[in-house]
Amino acid sequence: MMQNKWLGRAMPYLTVLTMLVVWELICIVFAIPSFVLPRPSVVAVSLYQNFNTIWFHAERTLVTTLLGFGLAVIVGVVLGIVVGSSQLVYQGLYPVLVGFNSVPKVALVPLMVVWFGIGTVPAVLTAFMLSFFPIAVNIATGIATLEPELQDVLRSLGASRLDIISRVGLPRSLPYFFASLKISITLAFVGSVISETLASDRGIGTLVEQASANFKIPLVFAGLVVVATLGIAMYAIFAYIEKRMTHWATRTVEFGIGG
Amino acid sequence: MASEKFVEIADVSLHFSGPQGTLAVEHLDMSVAAGELAAVVGPSGCGKSSLMKLVAGLVPPTRGTIEVGGVAVKGPLKVVGMAFQNPTLLPWRSTMENLMLPLQIVRPYRTRFKADLPQHEANARRLLERVGLGGFEDRFPWQLSGGMQQRASLCRALIHKPSLLMLDEPFGALDAFTREDLWDVLQAMWMAEKFTTILVTHDLHEAVYLADTVHVMSARPGKIVSTYRVDLPRPRNPETPFLAEFTDLVHTLREQIRKERAAAL
Repeated sequence: MMQNKWLGRAMPYLTVLTMLVVWELICIVFAIPSFVLPRPSVVAVSLYQNFNTIWFHAERTLVTTLLGFGLAVIVGVVLGIVVGSSQLVYQGLYPVLVGFNSVPKVALVPLMVVWFGIGTVPAVLTAFMLSFFPIAVNIATGIATLEPELQDVLRSLGASRLDIISRVGLPRSLPYFFASLKISITLAFVGSVISETLASDRGIGTLVEQASANFKIPLVFAGLVVVATLGIAMYAIFAYIEKRMTHWATRTVEFGIGG
Repeated sequence: MASEKFVEIADVSLHFSGPQGTLAVEHLDMSVAAGELAAVVGPSGCGKSSLMKLVAGLVPPTRGTIEVGGVAVKGPLKVVGMAFQNPTLLPWRSTMENLMLPLQIVRPYRTRFKADLPQHEANARRLLERVGLGGFEDRFPWQLSGGMQQRASLCRALIHKPSLLMLDEPFGALDAFTREDLWDVLQAMWMAEKFTTILVTHDLHEAVYLADTVHVMSARPGKIVSTYRVDLPRPRNPETPFLAEFTDLVHTLREQIRKERAAAL
């Protein structure tokens, strides 16, 4: 058991390491030039050499992503509550939301550049548009799937709709909410990087775009590694908060039911 | 026991989805005296749960009137405690916090909730003690057995001192031994407080063991086809079901329900 536990902890690192080794070997064996596919070691060197430049861009990406994500949390929660607690709103809004979510956000970036100019705002908004949907859907599901009997108990006590949502609906949807945060934060990164690639003067997207135009392929990969690392870090933070806040949803039964 | 009527149901019909929809109950007449423990039995799908919702004011009747405590029921009543087959405790709240839920919602308790909290907790502790859950205040529902959850659910239904307790097959999901324990728990609490109680059940032994009167409902659309008084002495105990009077009444009820089911086919 102990061995398994340590092995489990080490697995993510072992997996990454194995992939890097295989990648390195493939590049060497097939003599792939580094302007096509750089070896991981070359990427690492590029990352080290250009760290200040990369960080200059990564900082901006992190800020725009978090801004867009924060906006998504606020809008997603409010929208989720409204959609989840009213059948009529649900019926009216759901097709619209699904339709909106199906629109490729890349296509909206030029539009936002027209409206807000090149820079941070389109990136924040793209991050927001890509990441609010899972949050809204999950909050709505948590609220809409409230047991009818529990609703009867609460209504027979004179509970208002607001009481039911605040006392039961929201706490009940917390596990769904945290699950959606983990998905949304990674989507927010995708959104801001897409927007930066198309229209920005700073950010990992911009860096990647410029580096590939100049055939600095190792730098492209170095930038992507940084985005991936940031994404993993954010994911881990929310996974940790989730574990602390909703231990009751991932419980282990201490002693059985019945009897 | 006061013979004053506390719940009065007069010629009530309920259609689902409009006057042309399914009839859940039709021409239903029933009354429950203040402090009485009334049981409603009937074939499955006869509209017993609809009856509960009607009395609690959760659904308005299509026809007829319902009065509780001399006042016509127009919306959800605030004097009702409810418990169901499913204990419906909140998993993120401890047993104590679950018991506090009604007090955070019902007026006038909610306005003084913080100030009165120590007193509420003392009451809750006493109630939990009575149902044999003393010392489990800080456990979460998922750490309790099914029977213990149902006990806690019963306490939650009683914490705000409701004048009407409505139970919808509260012991239906429990094993026989736990069920019989809880009959005695309910009986003891009822004898101490004499809250008016409507118990919906399909267990005829349960109905006769607990109730002062047993109402038999017909198959859907449900109406009360007969009412029996149970004059067995209180407190009833595990020996009571072996009395001739008890078994005779269970036989009569069973025969009645068999007829109702046959008539529905």
